[in-house]
Amino acid sequence: MHPLENRNDQIPAMDRSKKFSVEVSHLTKCYGKEKVVAVNDVSFQVNEGEIFGLIGPDGAGKTTIIRILATLILADKGAAAVDGLDVVEDYKKIRSRVGYMPGRFSLYQDMTVEENLNLFATVFNTTIDENYHLIKDIYSQIEPFKGRRAGKLSGGMKQKLALSCALIHKPKVLFLDEPTTGVDPVSRKEFWGMLKNLKQQGITNLVSTPYMDEAKLCDRIALIHEGSLLKIDTPLNIINQFGKVLWAVQGNNMPKLLIDLRLNNQINSCFAFGDAHHVTLKNDAYSIEELKSYLIDKGHGEILVHPIEASIEDCFMDVGAGNLTNTSS
Amino acid sequence: MKVIEADNLVKRFGDFTAVDRISFEVEQGEIFGFLGANGAGKTTAMRMFCGLSKPTSGIGSVAGFDISKKPENIKRSIGYMSQKFSLYNDLKVWENIRLFAGIYGVSKNEIAIKTDELLKRLNFESERETLVKDLPLGWKQKLAFSVSIFHNPKVVFLDEPTGGVDPVTRRQFWELIYEATLKGITVFVTTHYMDEAEYCNRVSIMVDGRIEALDSPKNLKQQYNAVSMDEVFHQLARKAVRKSE
Repeated sequence: MHPLENRNDQIPAMDRSKKFSVEVSHLTKCYGKEKVVAVNDVSFQVNEGEIFGLIGPDGAGKTTIIRILATLILADKGAAAVDGLDVVEDYKKIRSRVGYMPGRFSLYQDMTVEENLNLFATVFNTTIDENYHLIKDIYSQIEPFKGRRAGKLSGGMKQKLALSCALIHKPKVLFLDEPTTGVDPVSRKEFWGMLKNLKQQGITNLVSTPYMDEAKLCDRIALIHEGSLLKIDTPLNIINQFGKVLWAVQGNNMPKLLIDLRLNNQINSCFAFGDAHHVTLKNDAYSIEELKSYLIDKGHGEILVHPIEASIEDCFMDVGAGNLTNTSS
Repeated sequence: MKVIEADNLVKRFGDFTAVDRISFEVEQGEIFGFLGANGAGKTTAMRMFCGLSKPTSGIGSVAGFDISKKPENIKRSIGYMSQKFSLYNDLKVWENIRLFAGIYGVSKNEIAIKTDELLKRLNFESERETLVKDLPLGWKQKLAFSVSIFHNPKVVFLDEPTGGVDPVTRRQFWELIYEATLKGITVFVTTHYMDEAEYCNRVSIMVDGRIEALDSPKNLKQQYNAVSMDEVFHQLARKAVRKSE
C-alpha cells in the first residue's frame, strides 16, 4: 500500500482562503520496523515573507518536517503544501520554487566554489549572471576564493556557499535545516543578518535550530520536542505566557546553591542558567526574605535574588519539555 | 593551588603563530572557560596543555608537570572529552567504562566497584548492556563526561562538550560539572555557546592567538558594558584580523 493512500483520513481540509507559504496539517512520520515516531500530528502555517523558526533539540523531528516539505521524503499521515502546492502531487513544481540548505554540508567537496554554484544554476535552468543580484551580498564574500575546492573551505564559508547555491534559482521559500549548528558565534550572527536581508526581498524562511537564543530572531516560532509541537507563537507572546514569577538567584558557591535550592520544598522548579539559578516558587506566600534566610542558614554568602523576564529556554522547559527527561539525573 | 599555569606560551607552525604569548593561571576546583572564534588558536593551546604538542617557547604546567618535559605525567593526570570523540559507539556502556578506566590506569577491582556506583548515580543501571550508539545524545554526553573523570583526574579538559541536546539534558550535564568541581576537579572548557560561558568562574577570550580578555563573566560584562557574554564576545571577536580560512 502506498504510504499516503490514507493520508487524508479524518483530516480537515486545509484552509485555502488565506495563502500561506507553508502549510502543514496533522503531519505524522514514523521510521523503521519499530515505527519510531519522529513527527507526531504536527500542524502549523508559515506566512509569506516570514522568518519562522522550528526550535528544538536533536531528535525533536525538525529535519523530518523540513525533508517532507522539501519533497524528499513522504509523510505517513497528514498533508502539507508549499507555496500553495501539495508536497505529494506537485512535488516537481515545488522543487523549482524552494531552496533547501540541509543540515550537513552537501555540496561537492571536490568541485570549486564556482563549479558548485554553476551546477546548481544549471540544474534549475538559470545562470549565475541572471540571478547574481540575489546572492551578491553573500556570494561576494566568498567570491575571492571561487577557485578553491568546496571541501577546503572553512565552516563559515561553506555555509555561505551552501546558502548561495540554495538561492541561485530565486526560490520563494527557503528551508534551512540547522544552518548555524557548530558555527562560531560571530558567523552565527552574520548568518542571521543574511536571513533578515532575504526576508526583505520577500523570501519566506523556515529555519530550524537547537539554539534557543536564536528564537528571538524569528518572527514566529514553533517549539518542538520529541516529535510534537509544544507551542506556536511570536517569541514575545511565548515569553509573556510564562505566567509565573521567575527569580534569578545568585551566590558565592553556585554548585552548592543549586543543591540547596532543590532541597527547599517551597521551590517549584530550579534550573542552572549560568551566572544565576532560575527559580519559581510553589506558593507566593513564601517570601524572598524567607528564601534568603534559608540560604544564609545553609552557609551561602553574597546572595542576590531578583525577578527576571523568562527566556525562550525557560519557556521551553516550562511547557512540558522540563518534565519529560528530568528523571535521568 | 594552581592546576594550570601558562607563561608566555607560543606555538608556531612555520611562520604562522597559532598561539601568541598567552599567560594565565587556573586554580584548583575552578571552572575555566576558554573561548574564541574558530581559528583563534584554542585547539592548539589545548593540545599543549594536554601534553600532545610542545610549545615553541614559553613555559606551561598542568597538575604540577611541565608541559614540555613531562607530557606523559600530564596525560595520566587529566581527563579529556569532546563532542567529536568521546566514546566507542560499538561498545556497550560498561565496556566503554572499562576500556577508558583501564587506559587511565584504574585497577580492575576499582573499575568494578566504581562502575556500579556510577551507573547508579546516573540512573543508567538498566543501560549497562546497551551499545553506546543506541543511547540518546544527551545520555552519551553525560556518560562521556563521567568516564573522563572516572580516574579522578586533577583537571578535565572539555572541548566543545555539548551541543544539540535539549535544555534540560544540557543542564543535567552542567550539574555533573558542578559536582566534579565540588570534589576538587578543575574544569577547563571550550564552548561556542556563550550562555554556557556564564557557568564559568572565569573565562578567557582568544583573538588571533592572543588572550584579549580574562576575568569573571560578571567583571567582563561590566568592563565591556554588556548585558551578556555574547555581547562581550562579539566586541572582542570583531577585532580579529585572522580569518579561520
